[in-house]
Amino acid sequence: MIGITKTFGNVIANRDINLQVEAGEILGLLGENGAGKTTLMNIVYGLYRPDSGAIKINGKPVSLSSPAHAMAQGIGMVHQHFKLIQNHTVLENIALGYKDAPFLFPTRKVAHDLRRLQENYGLEINPDVYVWQLSAGEQQRVEILKALFRGADLLILDEPTSVLTPQEAQGLFRTLSRLASEGHSVIFISHKLDEVLSICNRVTVLRHGQVVGTKDTAGVDKRELARMMVGREILFDLKRKDVKKGGVVLEVQGLHVNNDRGLTSVSDVSFDIKAGEIFGIAGVSGNGQQELVEALTGLRPIDSGQILVNGRDISRASPYTINAMGVSHIPEERIKFGTAPSLAIFENAVLKQHGNRAFSGRLFLDFASIKEHAKRIVSNFKVRTPSIDVPVRTLSGGNIQKLILGREISGKPSLLIASHPTYGLDVGATQYIRSQILQLREKSVAVLLISEDLEELVELCDRIAVMFKGKIMGIVAREDLNLEHIGLMMTGSHARSACEAGK
Amino acid sequence: MNWRVKVERRVSYPRFFPTVVLLFSLLGGFVLIGLLFLISHVNPLFALWKIFSGSFGSLYGITETITKAIPLILIGSGLALVFRAKFWNIGAEGQLLIGAIFAGYVALNLGPKLPFYVIVPLMFVAGFIGGALWALPTVILKLRLNVNEVISTLMLNYIAAELLNFLITGPWKGKTQMGFPYTDDFPHSAVLSVVPGTRIHLVTLCLALLFAFALFIMVYYTRFGYELRVTGDNPDAARYAGIDFMKVTLIMMIISGGVAGIAGVGEVAGIHHHLSYPSSISSGYGYTAIIVAWLAKLNPLLTILSGLFFAGIVVGGDAIQVSLGLPAATVQIFNGILLFSLIMGDYFLNHRVKLVVREAP
Repeated sequence: MIGITKTFGNVIANRDINLQVEAGEILGLLGENGAGKTTLMNIVYGLYRPDSGAIKINGKPVSLSSPAHAMAQGIGMVHQHFKLIQNHTVLENIALGYKDAPFLFPTRKVAHDLRRLQENYGLEINPDVYVWQLSAGEQQRVEILKALFRGADLLILDEPTSVLTPQEAQGLFRTLSRLASEGHSVIFISHKLDEVLSICNRVTVLRHGQVVGTKDTAGVDKRELARMMVGREILFDLKRKDVKKGGVVLEVQGLHVNNDRGLTSVSDVSFDIKAGEIFGIAGVSGNGQQELVEALTGLRPIDSGQILVNGRDISRASPYTINAMGVSHIPEERIKFGTAPSLAIFENAVLKQHGNRAFSGRLFLDFASIKEHAKRIVSNFKVRTPSIDVPVRTLSGGNIQKLILGREISGKPSLLIASHPTYGLDVGATQYIRSQILQLREKSVAVLLISEDLEELVELCDRIAVMFKGKIMGIVAREDLNLEHIGLMMTGSHARSACEAGK
Repeated sequence: MNWRVKVERRVSYPRFFPTVVLLFSLLGGFVLIGLLFLISHVNPLFALWKIFSGSFGSLYGITETITKAIPLILIGSGLALVFRAKFWNIGAEGQLLIGAIFAGYVALNLGPKLPFYVIVPLMFVAGFIGGALWALPTVILKLRLNVNEVISTLMLNYIAAELLNFLITGPWKGKTQMGFPYTDDFPHSAVLSVVPGTRIHLVTLCLALLFAFALFIMVYYTRFGYELRVTGDNPDAARYAGIDFMKVTLIMMIISGGVAGIAGVGEVAGIHHHLSYPSSISSGYGYTAIIVAWLAKLNPLLTILSGLFFAGIVVGGDAIQVSLGLPAATVQIFNGILLFSLIMGDYFLNHRVKLVVREAP
């Protein structure tokens, strides 16, 4: 790939990217969320067309106009979220869309060829079981088989280990090595440094849509990769006043929480947050942060442990009670959870608080006070809208986030839980929301800030905890902050060993 | 150059736009219906004129239309409530029949002993309870066992109808009905008085108007209505806001089933004066009311208008059966087509469909 550039509106997703994969090589593609990895791979797979630049395969320039076209050129992709049909068998999934399959009884021919392929690569799987019966690792194996079956020479795997257990990941690595030794090329997208170092030959690091550098994995260590990935230049342009901390507002002790599949996703987590303190949780998403927040806000039952807010046990309280106790919550998926899109702005401005005395009697809502409240939020938090009577779905993402922030802050909380509050927002909205969070700190509110954006955490937090696989790897105070330690803990090193590695 | 159809979500539209879309979808529906009339060699304009002159063109027609609008308004306003929360209650027909059965029990057993001012309210309360009880299992099934409410409510209609068939041919079969499968006639105290010279049972009409108005207030001005609208618009947001999904769904289905039960009471105590075959008690009001609620844009107050409109079609449909010799199913086809075009209209309200010309690559 030579000089690839892709823009979406005003956002430059990829700028002048050069990328080269050789036959029999596993190339790591490393970068934070939003660094442009996925966009780049979607270009290779024919889902997007680049604004400029060229793609060459075996030296010949090609123009990839669709995934079918990319497949015909020998490019196969395994998406992070599998694209299999749950109610079909493995065999049927592989036969589906395979253009050389005969019209009648397509699975017969496929079954025969598939057995040969499986033997070649040691990809064991029973072709007659239904996909829904398979574990994530097995489903991934089906995806790989599907790609190989269509003659993929270049296999792209988008964060393949994010859904796997460690054992399954080891199995995947063995498969990939075998593929490489047979002459296939692999692009391995990840933000887990260990994995990239252990299985890739070379690694290319992306940041803000640009290539930071390409290194041989033999001559590089985790620390250096972390620095390349996160970047050194972090702007401290927000004013952080000294604030006298108050008493403990949130106390979490030995918390265990299960995820939807019944597996432990938060394990033995303990921390506390004082009034006037911003406590950050860093970590790659999917390491238990979402389950932690859901447990704290009453949306998910806890397995064991205790959660205290201002000394009162809320471990088994409902979302409504928890909110009434002064806990505000800016949810991770603001469109999904934070608003009712067809309802007007003023109606959304009291979501969760609609039962408060100020806005509602026993039966009837008090629209006058609700509208007044909504007007106050819209003007105080600079929500850009023609009026408070329009449905929320007409607002932009940044304005919806300001509305939610305004609503959650105006409840005068003693604790604010903010999940990725600036994710996907433009620079202006991001800075505005960060400054509002800092102001809350000055008003002696305790803030729990969950973010994948290390820059944001460093800018705002008094202390940062790092979560990895449901556990807190360590809690670092602002004064002792070292980005590289944090980066290492995010990939599973413990606090002490991370410190030593950093020195 | 090639043509491509592009569909995009319509984010905002002017205030009058929904009304325009509504009128256009009605118009589209009438054009389709007109084609059907053409196939049966009937002049569509003449047929439509016949329908509406049959229902609104004479005093008799108007009183009949009002009579048939009573159950449609009652059920439609209840359905407007649950449809708004995206709970698809297709079981109003069965809820109506159970309401009628409960009222029949009260009338036949207590009617002879009690005066009308006790027995009439008692019948309505019993009908409400009956309809609500018939609606409740579907809520439990949906929320506890994830059973699709469309299936469960629809199937309960058949059970209700067969239960009624069983009662009128078996244990409750009237001794004075000369072998017909009816119950005995209700005693005088359990018969609703009508406007003289018509079949309009005033009490039920007043109840229908009252419920349409009360449910309108409930949806738009109360805390419960707010919770209901949030639940319907975004269940995840409702959960996040701590809204009790179970409570909201139970209450609204009690109301929706209950008003359908009341409609059943009105039909048996106001018109038939005994229990008889399900199809003669109801003639599909529970299904027609689905379209009534939809045409009213799920606004309970507007079901008064849309209820009258569809009652008119029912009455006029009867008229053209006789005068033009069309089959009885005509009205049902008519209603079905109108529902389709209304739902299509909603799609165009929320989506912009464009033809785009693209240069061939």
